[in-house]
Amino acid sequence: MSEEVRLMKGNEAIGEAAVRAGCKAYFGYPITPQNELTAFMAGRMLDAGRVFIQAESELAAINMVYGAASTGARAMTSSSSPGVSLKQEGISYLCGADLPCVIVDVARAGPGLGGISPAQGDYFQATRGGGHGDYHTIVLAPKGVQEAADLMYEAFPISERYRIPVMLLADGLIGQMMEGVVFKDEIDPASLPRKDYAVGYQYENGRPNRHVTSINLVPEELEAMIKARYERYAQVEKELTRWEEVQTEDADLILVAYGTSARVSLGALQLAREQGLKVGLLRPITLWPYPYKAIERLSGKGRRFLSVEMSMGQMVEDVRLAVNGKSPVDFFGRCGGVVPSQEEVFAEIKRILGAAK
Amino acid sequence: MEIAYSHPKSLVSVQSKYCPGCGHGVIHRLIAEVIDEMGLQTKAIITNPVGCAIWADLYFDFDSVQPAHGRTPAAATGVKRMLPDHLVICYQGDGDMAAIGTAEMIHAANRGEKFTTIFVNNAIYGMTGGQMAPTTLVGQVATTAPHGRDPIGAGMGYPIKVCELLSSLEGTKYLARGAVNNPLNVKKTKKYIRTAFEAQMRGEGFTMVEVLSQCPTNWKMTPLQSVEWVEKSMIPFYTLGEIKNTLSTAQEAAPGQKTATAAHAESK
Repeated sequence: MSEEVRLMKGNEAIGEAAVRAGCKAYFGYPITPQNELTAFMAGRMLDAGRVFIQAESELAAINMVYGAASTGARAMTSSSSPGVSLKQEGISYLCGADLPCVIVDVARAGPGLGGISPAQGDYFQATRGGGHGDYHTIVLAPKGVQEAADLMYEAFPISERYRIPVMLLADGLIGQMMEGVVFKDEIDPASLPRKDYAVGYQYENGRPNRHVTSINLVPEELEAMIKARYERYAQVEKELTRWEEVQTEDADLILVAYGTSARVSLGALQLAREQGLKVGLLRPITLWPYPYKAIERLSGKGRRFLSVEMSMGQMVEDVRLAVNGKSPVDFFGRCGGVVPSQEEVFAEIKRILGAAK
Repeated sequence: MEIAYSHPKSLVSVQSKYCPGCGHGVIHRLIAEVIDEMGLQTKAIITNPVGCAIWADLYFDFDSVQPAHGRTPAAATGVKRMLPDHLVICYQGDGDMAAIGTAEMIHAANRGEKFTTIFVNNAIYGMTGGQMAPTTLVGQVATTAPHGRDPIGAGMGYPIKVCELLSSLEGTKYLARGAVNNPLNVKKTKKYIRTAFEAQMRGEGFTMVEVLSQCPTNWKMTPLQSVEWVEKSMIPFYTLGEIKNTLSTAQEAAPGQKTATAAHAESK
């Protein structure tokens, strides 16, 4: 591992980490606030002799990923909220064909064109499938530049291990801000093993034909395929669920937040602790699979929960599912691209704990 | 004795789901014959479209990738860019190509993607049951054009000539239009496919063969009536021949190749 610390924008750090992870093909369409990522990949991928295409649309980009992933190559795309909505058709097909790939969503405020400032209103879309049919994508939510680079580096092997697309869900703040980042070693795509589902190179060994498809018109057969996929999902939930806890042991109130809102919540936690208020933080790192059990374990015992989000309240539904009535769950959020301040969150903490007394 | 005619190796020996008189089976056979002749069976990958040819993976005896409706050229781009030494065939119908996938088609062609598109134009939506296609002729009846395609009065627009549309793009190197309604046209179509596949393997740029094809079921005709309809109604509008050929091998070809303008015949 090279220990050099580089000061980089989140968008560019994600790109560098993807290249180092052996990304062989990047397909993207411009959209703010992730444009630095596409531009970075244009230079870095072409210089490395790999494939970069500025596609004609997000639809085309995700379907280029579909084609490249069919050959077993590490392929990715990136976009922001409205563009990711367009990609949902392709993501459904990728899931239906069990193709690994990585989709980066540097989210902004919606609905519609909304705004270009950071938001977390895409939580439902990211964690509930997003397109048509029964499926999940694995959703990784970094809180800063270093973690964005680390999760991007891991995203390809995770996706390949389970044959499930991975979505890296950041937001405009993480994409645009600069922080110090250390990168892991570069993997040569040519050194990666061939995949046993991939098309191509039939001439090497004359193996039976392979068909990458998501269609099956026989209801019982399609049901069996979907059930097999859900068995893999159960395995993912068991093996991959990640979260971080800060001072939850003695907490009367546990903040639950991810990504940017988790950074803000950590600041609010510190303000609260300075005043002797017992506040903890649980930060989901995987949004699917979601750390239901970790939250459930902390629930009851007179504890309260506060879901802090940059949305009108989406993840709070998962917190309530996890708590299952054993603790009161409150919500605090700003939306439209407004990032809540730690003072605002702290005020909410005081209000809840004051009212609870 | 030498065997003069047999089942192509690149085609699985099964009964197809295509209707009697449908052109897909003949087009599949031509593709398979050319692949056999070029010795490319184990290097061939087809991206099969949504439409009747969605089952092409059952019939071709090599690898396949099945993308979403209209996104076939984008997926074929991904496949070919990763496997540049393979023969990648982007098989598309008229709805897949010239309606829902217009953007993907134009931009893949414009980038000069080095796969070959086989564009099956039967002027109707087959699988969904006879709706109007972008290539449906003026006056032709479809379930969604019950009084015939009316370009102005009912605002249904005009049939799109895809070869001519693409011919202005510099990325396109070979655009030919054939038909499979009689043995002579079948033979010519096979030659176009061979030319396109050879150009692809030389890495020359975007190549496409449009094939006028019969759909007796949705045209509500007998197979015999349908091949006659191709001759009498489709061919006068969709001019056959090499619409554009700027391949490195084109110098030896006959002069006076058809231009896009020359191919713009008036519809009846």
